[in-house]
Amino acid sequence: MATYFEMGGYAWFVWPAYAFSAAIMVGLVVTSLTALRRDRKILDALEAANPRRAMRREAAAAATANSEEATSDA
Amino acid sequence: MRVSGAFLPWLAAITAALLAWGLYDGLLVAPPDYQQGETVRIMYVHVPSAYLSMMIFGTMAFASAVALIWRHPVADIAAKASAPIGAGMTAAALATGMLWGQPMWGTFWVWDARLTSMLLLFFIYLGYMALWAAIDDPERAGKAAAILALVGSVNLPIIHFSVEWWNTLHQGPSVLVSGGSTIEGPFLRPMFIMIGAYTVFYFTVLIWRMHQEIIARRIRSLRLLQAQG
Repeated sequence: MATYFEMGGYAWFVWPAYAFSAAIMVGLVVTSLTALRRDRKILDALEAANPRRAMRREAAAAATANSEEATSDA
Repeated sequence: MRVSGAFLPWLAAITAALLAWGLYDGLLVAPPDYQQGETVRIMYVHVPSAYLSMMIFGTMAFASAVALIWRHPVADIAAKASAPIGAGMTAAALATGMLWGQPMWGTFWVWDARLTSMLLLFFIYLGYMALWAAIDDPERAGKAAAILALVGSVNLPIIHFSVEWWNTLHQGPSVLVSGGSTIEGPFLRPMFIMIGAYTVFYFTVLIWRMHQEIIARRIRSLRLLQAQG
C-alpha cells in the first residue's frame, strides 16, 4: 500500500496533479450551486413582494368571487 | 428549464460514475509506462482538461456566433456560463502539464508554442469573464464578449497545430493520427473514460450556471420594474 502511494518515486508529481484537478472541479461545483441557490432565494423573495403580481392575484381573486356570486345568483 | 432540470440528477450521477470508473481504471488497473513510469497517470487528468479547455472555447465561439447573428439570448447565456468552466479546465491543464513536465522534461515550464498558446487561452478566458463583469447591461456586455470569443477562437487551431508547425518540447499528436493511436489500449481506455467524465461534468455544471444566469436576469428585470414604480 505504502509503495503504491509512492508512485515509483513520483508521488510529488502524480498526487498534486490529481489534487489540483479535483480542487478545480469541486470549486466549480460549489461556486455554481451556491450562486444558483442564492439567486433562487432572491427571486422568490422579489416575486412574493412584487406589487404587480400581488395586484394581479387580487384581480384574479375578485374575478373568481364575482363568478361565484353569478353562479349562486343563478 | 423544466426539461433540463429533470435531466440534471441523471447528468450528475453519470459524471460521478464515469469519474469513479476512470479513476479506478487509471490509478489501479492501468500499468506504469515502461519509459515514463508512474507519471503516465498524470495523462488521465491532463488530457481531459486540455481537451475540454479547447472544446469549451469552441462551444463559446459557436454560441457567440449564434448570439450575434440570430440574437438568441440562450446562446449568450450558454457562452457566459461556459467561461469559468473553461478557465478552470485550462488552469488544470497547465498545472498538471507542469507537474508532468518537471519529472519527464526536467523543467516545469518552457516558452514553446504549445505551452505559450495554452497560457494565452487562459488569459483570453479571463479577459472574456472580465468583459462580462465590466458592462452592466447584459445585452451590450453579451455583444462585446461575443466578439472577443470569436476573435479569441483564432487561437484554437494555433494550439492544436502548434506541435506540428513548430519544434516544441510538447509531444505531437498521438491519439487521432493516421494508422491509429500510438498509445496502447490499457493507457487509452482510462483516458477516454476520463474524457467522457469531464465532458458530462461540463454539461452538468453548464446547466447549473445557465439556470443561475436566467434567474439573475429575471431578478434584474424585476428590480428595474420596481425602480420604475
